[in-house]
Amino acid sequence: MATVSEEVRAYTVRLELVDEPGELLRALEPIADNGGNLLSIFHERGNVTPRGHIPVEVDLEATPERFETIVDALREAGVNVIRAGADRYGEELAVVLVGHLVDTDLSDTLSRVEDCGGTTITDVSLNGPEGTGEESAARLRLLASADSRDRALETVRSIAEEKDLRVIEPLAGGGEA
Amino acid sequence: MRLAVLGAGAVGESVAELAGEYGHTVTAFADSSGAVVDADGVDVAAALDRKAESGSVGGESTDAALEAAYDVLVEATPTTLGDAEPGFSHVRAALDRDRHVVLANKGPVAERYGEVRELERSSAGSVRFEATVGGAIPALATIEDLGPERVTAVRGILNGTANFVLTRMAAEGLGYEHVLAEAQDLGVAEADPSFDVQGTDAALKCVILANVLSGGGHSLADADVEGIEDIPGAALDLAAEDGRTVRLVGEVDADGVRVGPRLIPEHGTLAVTGTMNIVQLETEHAGRLNVSGRGAGGPETASAVLSDVGRLPPLE
Repeated sequence: MATVSEEVRAYTVRLELVDEPGELLRALEPIADNGGNLLSIFHERGNVTPRGHIPVEVDLEATPERFETIVDALREAGVNVIRAGADRYGEELAVVLVGHLVDTDLSDTLSRVEDCGGTTITDVSLNGPEGTGEESAARLRLLASADSRDRALETVRSIAEEKDLRVIEPLAGGGEA
Repeated sequence: MRLAVLGAGAVGESVAELAGEYGHTVTAFADSSGAVVDADGVDVAAALDRKAESGSVGGESTDAALEAAYDVLVEATPTTLGDAEPGFSHVRAALDRDRHVVLANKGPVAERYGEVRELERSSAGSVRFEATVGGAIPALATIEDLGPERVTAVRGILNGTANFVLTRMAAEGLGYEHVLAEAQDLGVAEADPSFDVQGTDAALKCVILANVLSGGGHSLADADVEGIEDIPGAALDLAAEDGRTVRLVGEVDADGVRVGPRLIPEHGTLAVTGTMNIVQLETEHAGRLNVSGRGAGGPETASAVLSDVGRLPPLE
């Protein structure tokens, strides 16, 4: 028998749901029906994707084989799976910016990233000392169409160079390690 | 095989000490200030005792070691950039004499790969350099087995010091300077850690990988290199909130060589901890291969040197 790992692992599935009653339950059923153990559900009701869908993050535990079945079942049920475990099906990418983010006009930085086309900033998290004058860090989550990923990163790099910020990028090619 | 070992730092010393166990004889052993030569076999323990007492393994010159009777020159002198001297001249001297060369010194194959290969073509000797990439990890042997033309990209965590600093910062929530000082106390980081934390060491290894994959043409000057100096703890906290962490990652592909801090999944394969290294190969037919292990250390790196010696064909 092939030694396939039976180890239960934690996975994050990012889904996009249509804003209709019963949609969330419909999305969760394939997980429970296929032996996944639900850990948490983060339902961003106030947040809407560029396509008007509601993003939901589901943390669950399953063996790797069961997880594959769950993702397939979600797809069959017509649920839009953006990211499953380490495999991304959309082009969501995260970058961390470090430097004088506030002094260099963070909102200008963000709007210029969005203006490069094909890219939406889905989340911004700022961490650093209060007020201006100090270095801080910000994590940006970007949702880019498949062909705009490189352009989005290139835009972030050029803004960072201009504003003397450091960029901690994801891996090239988008392949998760 | 008869070995001439140049360099008596951690790696050279371990090679000399372990050579006998692997069935080889050390016929010359040199450090930066002297050498000992004996065609019947150098007494390595006695040479190291002399080094501890007087600062040198022996009273002869480096040239005497280069001119000694040997089959394989083990070049384990410190890595130098630019012209990669004196390592490059040592390589040339051995190949001109139709002897083999095994490098632990990264300089010649990172900075002057094409010239090294050209010298090798007109020599009966061969050049191997497994120990230059990832210490004990058989990265180059794996690529050789697969065929370099079937390896499409390589990624790796190739500097233990930088990885240690980032791992500790993320795990303990400590600042860069604090963790670096701790690493220096533990002997994980050198008094002058710039070679490691500025990404130079990782970049040299990636340049060597790029040279192997593409048959040459790369040097440190073409690599896009960024270090981990002064990355704030806040950046690692933000990464962790998102299930990621920051590591100094080297990437080699058709676009060239890039080294810098990257966001990677916190529990992913690449996120090795402490001083561990990992090399990840993307292959045409075999999917992704990961090889991890100790990327530094005397006996660990010496084992890669001695594996190379074992792969060499007999001369004459």
